[in-house]
Amino acid sequence: MTADILFQVLVSGLLIGLIYALVAVGLTLIFGVMDIVNFAHGEFLMLGMYASFWAFALFAVDPIVALPFTALLLFAVGVIVYQTVIRRILKAPMLSQIFATFGLMILLRGLAQFFWKPDHRLIPHSLVSGNLTLGSVQFGLPQFVAALGAVGVTGGLWYFLHRTRLGTALEATAIDREAATLMGIDGQKMFALAWGIGAACAGIAGGLIATFFPIFPEVGANFILIAFVVVVLGGFGSVTGAFLAGIIVGLIEVLGGFLVGPEYKTAIVLSLLLVVLLVRPRGLMGKA
Amino acid sequence: MSERTIPTPVKAFGALALLALAALLPLVVTEPSQQNFLILILMGAQLGVAWNIVGGYAGQVSLGHAVFYGIGAYTSTMLLLTLGLSPWVGALAGGGVSVLFALAMGWPCFRLKGHYFAMATIAVAEIVQILVTNSEFLEGAVGLSLPMDQSGWGVLIFLSKLPYYYVILGLLVLTVLTAWAIERSHIGYYFRAIKDEPEAARALGVSLTRYKLIALSVSAFLTALGGSFYAQKEMFIDPGSVLAGAISIKIALIAILGGVGTLLGPVLGAAVLITIEEYSRTLFGSTGSGTDMIIYAAMIILVAVFSPSGVLGLLGDLRRFLPGARSKGPDMADKMEIRP
Repeated sequence: MTADILFQVLVSGLLIGLIYALVAVGLTLIFGVMDIVNFAHGEFLMLGMYASFWAFALFAVDPIVALPFTALLLFAVGVIVYQTVIRRILKAPMLSQIFATFGLMILLRGLAQFFWKPDHRLIPHSLVSGNLTLGSVQFGLPQFVAALGAVGVTGGLWYFLHRTRLGTALEATAIDREAATLMGIDGQKMFALAWGIGAACAGIAGGLIATFFPIFPEVGANFILIAFVVVVLGGFGSVTGAFLAGIIVGLIEVLGGFLVGPEYKTAIVLSLLLVVLLVRPRGLMGKA
Repeated sequence: MSERTIPTPVKAFGALALLALAALLPLVVTEPSQQNFLILILMGAQLGVAWNIVGGYAGQVSLGHAVFYGIGAYTSTMLLLTLGLSPWVGALAGGGVSVLFALAMGWPCFRLKGHYFAMATIAVAEIVQILVTNSEFLEGAVGLSLPMDQSGWGVLIFLSKLPYYYVILGLLVLTVLTAWAIERSHIGYYFRAIKDEPEAARALGVSLTRYKLIALSVSAFLTALGGSFYAQKEMFIDPGSVLAGAISIKIALIAILGGVGTLLGPVLGAAVLITIEEYSRTLFGSTGSGTDMIIYAAMIILVAVFSPSGVLGLLGDLRRFLPGARSKGPDMADKMEIRP
């Protein structure tokens, strides 16, 4: 294996890893704030992709241009999901919590299939298309822009959580809800906010990859398992951890696929999940 | 639960009457497609009852039960194809392999709690599906076909639906009896203790890992038998039909819908779920329309949000509003009571 090929593989791993990170930060944020695992998170990504598709098909708006709209729409979806379903199961047994978000996953897939057909759709001639060449390494412009967007949004989320009043309130709720309530922070509002932001992150990820990835009702299934791995590796609830873990998972997936065979890349990533769960359940940066 | 207030002879009589009804049903329902529908319900019920042993009684949520189902289907089929071994033996072998797999998987994974365990089971099942799909020995994505040249009880292949109906009814009865025996034994009390008060159970000297492993092994064995039955009935298996994540979900859903940790809840859950699935298919046409998914997703969410004890619990709630109904506390408090 020459250095050029290795470098090429590492760059592709990094690019896809940053997307994984963006999908996972929303998931880890929701978990961190209220200890609920959102099995429907991949479906938020799917909705983001369809939002981009319809913006393009109906109004000829490019997915990249439509991103703010996609983000707002998914923020609303996240808040609605929280208000209608999640709010009612906060104190329910874990099994009910798992199955509520599980049911949401199936519901959203079913609705997408019902309204938009199970067909694979593509967005042709996006603003970003073609390849970039950097020395001996070549990669797609859509992938590059998506990775860049992922870095921007994750960075923005980090800034929001650590440098703004509202973000700090959200973090405080995650650390100790009771104490936060005593400080005058409205827990219910914070929970709704976490769902809105989490869904928006997944939606933006969907909009970013809509330029180069086929769009279909079950597309979320491809991402949710990997997002779990990223969340576990990064440490439940840690945005910084998810960012680093996303990159690591992307690199391992592409490198593993290259060395062992592409058909095994998901199995390799899932084995990583098992190893982390067993050896270091709190992940890279999770709370002990 | 209300059943505790019903005297035992009445319960035994009720169970026998139910069984007799089930045995006579296919004599009335003679249309093959309708018999097939009944078989699907019994298959779902059997898997739900089996899942309930680990997911309901012991409270360890597995979302990867397809792995045991697939092991059962593949083991009996491979033994038949390569050694010509009767599926009666093959199914038991499949159960054995499944138990070994459950022990190997449970030993490390049972250190994990709650959603961590659920995720680990999803990961394990997904890895196995990928490995089988890429295995030349198991014919990968192409799948395995059973030989069509013979039929009868020895090879467990039949030309009509009726024998399959009685085989799966027998398997369901076996599964329910196993669950019932566990429910009544000290193991059942340990399971519930592990589910509700793990720390207290540990303090009293109950080995958590040991009893979780027992729960998973029994459940895995019975699930594998269900997988072998599927292979015999369909005469074709591939990773998509016996190892897919959707199967794991469906198995768990049946138990959840019917009522987690109840003996016959999964039977009701299977009847509801399979009926919705089949009817939305015939009512709304093609399977791709997503209507069946929408209906049963809505049901899952409603059950999760409003009645954590499943459809059976929902019925129990309704009963409370009927005249003459006993007024008693919620089901959960009832279940947790400690009896000598």
